[in-house]
Amino acid sequence: MTLGLFLDIGSTYTKGRVVELERGELVASAKAYTTVETDVTLGINDCLLELSRQGIKEKYDIKLASSSAAGGLRMVAVGLVRDLTTEAAKKAALTAGARVEKTYSYELTPEDLDEILALNPDIILLAGGTDGGNKKYLLENAKKLSRLKIKGTILVAGNRSAATEVAGILEGKVDFRIAPNVLPDLNTLNIEPVQNLIRQIFLEKIVEAKGLKKAEKIVDKVMMPTPLAVLKGAELLAQKIGELILIDVGGATTDVHSVAKGLPTSSGVSLKGLPEPYAKRTVEGDLGLRRTVKNVVEYGQEEFYNSGITSEQLNGYLEKIYRNPTYLPQTPREKEIEKALTRICVKTAMNRHAGRLEEIWTPAGKSFVQYGKDLTGVEALVGTGGPLVYAEEPEKVLAAGFFEENSPHILKPKKPELYLDTEYVLFAAGLLAENNREAGLKLLNSVKKL
Amino acid sequence: MKEVNLVLGVIGADVHAIGNKILEYALTNAGFKVHNLGVMVSQEEFVKAALETDAKAVLVSSLYGHGEIDCRGLKEKFIEAGLDDVLLYVGGNLVVGKQDFTEVERKFKAMGFDRVFPPGTMPEEAIQALKEDLGLM
Repeated sequence: MTLGLFLDIGSTYTKGRVVELERGELVASAKAYTTVETDVTLGINDCLLELSRQGIKEKYDIKLASSSAAGGLRMVAVGLVRDLTTEAAKKAALTAGARVEKTYSYELTPEDLDEILALNPDIILLAGGTDGGNKKYLLENAKKLSRLKIKGTILVAGNRSAATEVAGILEGKVDFRIAPNVLPDLNTLNIEPVQNLIRQIFLEKIVEAKGLKKAEKIVDKVMMPTPLAVLKGAELLAQKIGELILIDVGGATTDVHSVAKGLPTSSGVSLKGLPEPYAKRTVEGDLGLRRTVKNVVEYGQEEFYNSGITSEQLNGYLEKIYRNPTYLPQTPREKEIEKALTRICVKTAMNRHAGRLEEIWTPAGKSFVQYGKDLTGVEALVGTGGPLVYAEEPEKVLAAGFFEENSPHILKPKKPELYLDTEYVLFAAGLLAENNREAGLKLLNSVKKL
Repeated sequence: MKEVNLVLGVIGADVHAIGNKILEYALTNAGFKVHNLGVMVSQEEFVKAALETDAKAVLVSSLYGHGEIDCRGLKEKFIEAGLDDVLLYVGGNLVVGKQDFTEVERKFKAMGFDRVFPPGTMPEEAIQALKEDLGLM
């Protein structure tokens, strides 16, 4: 038997998955508290101890980890026009698994610079101008950033014609890398080189800075941020079951990944806006079941009304989870409330992730313009993460992400099959697929069809 | 010729795509770097694209007769964005019906367009004008 150990060193828990590599079969799972503040190896050893209690005695052939501990990979994105280079930079950062704290456009103001210093991001992604296009803002922003005492790395991915000059400005002042332009021209999004460099910086610098290097006393390598491992897992799953949408509702955020082209599904539709990445990730920082639950309540009054939940019942439950964020619903009513909250997160996050259709009346008749991805034809909707996996009726929760007849302009999936990552293997499959794609694919058999 | 960026598009709720493609082809062949925004382009999109691409000229087409309303205020938006120096060209069936072209030209020049082209203009004419205005002769 050849065994692989996969660890997700998360912000609260360190989760371990043991996989038999030939059959791609999950053989054991364990979790322990993450101890990155003191010594990350303590939590990992707890996790290993738990696995050995479950009878895992063999040596592991590979031991790989991903991490979102110590705040995850924190980035800010700087561009020129908000819905052009800034948006391109944001997309690149998100699909590299980063937490995008803030985005900035045009010339950075003194207030922006103060804020960036205070945020102290791991990476500042600096874009601006298409290749051969505008240089002024990129150079100006590089100068301004070079005067700050920045601890993180500046990743430059702007106008190629200004790259050498930018390098000259940053040289000797801050740690920086130069990537190819993230938006070489208005119709081309070039995020892969930026993603690769982000990962390289993560491996070389951030793992060390966040106290994760010690983990490598036990595991072979901390490979990537967990969200990237999940995205890679989702891409692999799409090779198996076709284009898909993956949704993960958490305590603070809701993540949506779509692995789909998203081209228009009806004729006579013109596409507008930036091109979309095939594997796209969006993170809703205001949608979560604990830390950000206040907003969720605000967005979904209708949902409580429909489920017959009174405001007293709701407030009672909210009191409990404010006092104790790790509280899990106990009574049928509490479970009902948690379900309603999760549905609101799913629905709102899907509304924002999916593309939309705008109806325009022209002298030649009605015409449609599409922004973002058309996901109406996507045939798989996958849930992952505790709140979806442990929901009593996960199919009803996931159904909140479906296309709605009364808002047909939001291009959400119409009749997807539902899947659930019940064993939490997507991150492990993403890590495993790096050097053993076949085993990764087999491991994804643990993703259950509902 | 040094790489010169141009922005091209059909303004407003206008869906006439063929002339737009022909222009893109002709301008690219003439050695320009063309950023074609296609049809149904708003004023804001023209401004944003010109800013990112450092365009030297923006070529606005309008074929459906509503050009006057669609183009009004475009020059002002370019000035607001600090793009006062960008050349603005407009061409096509800019107004409804058969109006005297000198009158149409006067109207659009007053709106801030540097050149105004009547219906039936060949691409070569616009290319020639660009070369003159940009000092590429």
